[in-house]
Amino acid sequence: MTATATALPNRAKRNLTIAKAMAEALAQEMRRDPSVLVMGEDIAALGGVFGNTRGLLEEFGPARIRDTPISETAFIGAAVGMAAVGMRPVVELMFVDFFGVCMDAIYNMAAKNCYFSGGQAGVPMVLMTSVGGGYGDAGQHSQCLYGTFAHLPGMKVVVPSNAYDAKGLMVSAIRDNNPVIFMFHKALQGMGWLGTVQGSINDVPEDAYTVPFGQATIARTGKDVTIVGLGATVHLALDAAQELIAAGIDAEVVDLRSLVPLDRATVNASVKKTGRLLVVDEDYMSYGVSGEIIASVVEAGTVLKAPPKRIAFPDIPIPFSPTLERPALPSAEKIVATVTAMARGGR
Amino acid sequence: MTPTPQQYLWMYENMVKSRAFEERIATAYFEGKSPVFNMANGPIPGEMHLSNGQEPCAVGVCAHLDAADFVTATHRPHHIAIAKGVDLDGMAAEIFGKKTGLSGGRGGHMHLFDAAVNFSCSGIIAQGMGPAVGAATAFKLRGEKRVAVAFIGEGAANQGAFHESLNLAAVWQAPVVFVIEDNAWGISVSKAQSTAVPHNDSRAAAYGMPGHRVTGNDPAAIFAVAGEAIARARAGGGPSLIEIETSRLAGHFIGDAEGYRPAGEKDALFARDPIPTLRGKLLAEKVMTETDDLAIVKRAESAVEQAIAKARAAPFPAAAEAYQHVFA
Ligand SMILES: Cc1ncc(C[n+]2csc(CCOP(=O)(O)OP(=O)(O)O)c2C)c(N)n1
Ligand SMILES: [Mg+2]
Repeated sequence: MTATATALPNRAKRNLTIAKAMAEALAQEMRRDPSVLVMGEDIAALGGVFGNTRGLLEEFGPARIRDTPISETAFIGAAVGMAAVGMRPVVELMFVDFFGVCMDAIYNMAAKNCYFSGGQAGVPMVLMTSVGGGYGDAGQHSQCLYGTFAHLPGMKVVVPSNAYDAKGLMVSAIRDNNPVIFMFHKALQGMGWLGTVQGSINDVPEDAYTVPFGQATIARTGKDVTIVGLGATVHLALDAAQELIAAGIDAEVVDLRSLVPLDRATVNASVKKTGRLLVVDEDYMSYGVSGEIIASVVEAGTVLKAPPKRIAFPDIPIPFSPTLERPALPSAEKIVATVTAMARGGR
Repeated sequence: MTPTPQQYLWMYENMVKSRAFEERIATAYFEGKSPVFNMANGPIPGEMHLSNGQEPCAVGVCAHLDAADFVTATHRPHHIAIAKGVDLDGMAAEIFGKKTGLSGGRGGHMHLFDAAVNFSCSGIIAQGMGPAVGAATAFKLRGEKRVAVAFIGEGAANQGAFHESLNLAAVWQAPVVFVIEDNAWGISVSKAQSTAVPHNDSRAAAYGMPGHRVTGNDPAAIFAVAGEAIARARAGGGPSLIEIETSRLAGHFIGDAEGYRPAGEKDALFARDPIPTLRGKLLAEKVMTETDDLAIVKRAESAVEQAIAKARAAPFPAAAEAYQHVFA
């Protein structure tokens, strides 16, 4: 089911932040299915450092909304075990950067148990984790690591850019019989103290709905160039597209939404139409999402009017100082400059 | 082991300096963050974890160390850095993201490195412990009389690296001391809620090393216990674990609303603020006079004042500098 907000009749608009949309999805699925529970650091009384479990402790109590010790290996491993015996745990890894202390539970167990058991042991769990920088927290608290997780087989990986998708993707994630990595960007979360990209706040239907995995959306239609983004970079691309109008360039913006499975068809169809491709990713440049998207288009044999380009975080640890970090991050200005140069070639 | 008058005064001065430093940092941190508190803004962006209240842990331990000894600290590092003798100017400049900072602005407040005094810290819970075991083992291998100390919070005692490092240190009989700063909270989760035993010193027994708990957030008591553990490590007696009862007078980070704290807890903690407590004791025991106190406070304040002023005036690194030092 792909209910769009506008398709639902007789409903007042309800603009939510991603944090609220995630919490609502969790609450609704917990009401519907007693096997769903949430575990993580500071997710109960505090409601999550990023607000996505706010109000859940009050409704569901400490047995199903479990604050954990700072023991990621143990509680993410515990989620794998819970999933093995019929629960549907949702666990939070507070910052994706902390994956180093618990990756075995994630990529050697959650991601491989289904396969190694010949399909006997599915692992229906969700790992939600915050990503992204730009607020001066340096490289142990600012990475995206989309490519790191999407690279490893056996896990689905989703990245919402707005509250509507966040709710629908979370509902899909909880109902999915596989491990799903749900990566939410701090700049989109709707926590005042992190600033909030306004475009991430949108109309969210109250009733539960799903956003299917493996379906990218066209966030803006255009004919001259395809800009592919995910999470926060979708909004940079949309801002850039707005500015490019003045230069007579009509950009199409694709929001990937899901990295595994990846909707190569939508990307390819868009690039076939525009003949130009720019991928904008906040994750590290090399060996990542940007290279994968470009490879998909090249492999499909799509004829390009200009060489494909990418804007991504350079292959350096994310520095602290704003004068080092900000210029290294993707930005609307960089997109405008790159697209303008691309459009000069063969229009 | 009791501190000599000089050691008492050294501890007091470093506590005062750390507190003064963090007061200036907090003031600067709020600049550009009102009326809307957005962590990205102002002269100091990002998370800011203050250590006020925990100064006794830093001075009581570091009083027994010199520049050659190796210390790893946490996301809450300022008090330890100051007690370990990290260059104050470089540290302030680093926290302001300046070119003159310890790391040229690359690391910031959670990633302070000063190789000259063998100090480093990291934002990932308990991950400083393994490196401390390694440095200590290297000292032992090379027959050096140096020791390593890993500082962690009580919340870190539930992390795998804690248990692995204790075992490894004991198996290798490394000259390392593990110091737990028990401020009773890991962000919003209380120690009682997260920890299977009342106190972590009891966990030392599982790894065949001595475990001590120091109550009262008292620099002299910490000095005594740490002194023995460090002397023991230096003499080849192997590792130990110390858990220190201390207090986090601020939120987890600046901006934390602390709704999870029981009513009255903060007032009680401030009533036992270790700095006025130590000042009272040193005056009462005539270790210093009011005039000495004024001079100490003035010296600490002026060192801090200068460090902050230099940091503010220093240039920012150029964008291209982000690409330097990825490799040696
Ligand atoms: C592996 C890992 N998990 C989670 C975090 C997030 N985190 C940062 S500080 C903190 C609480 C730490 O508590 P404690 O060890 O008691 O130190 P304190 O903050 O009290 O000084 C948590 C959970 C982290 N930095 N690293
Ligand atoms: Mg603590």
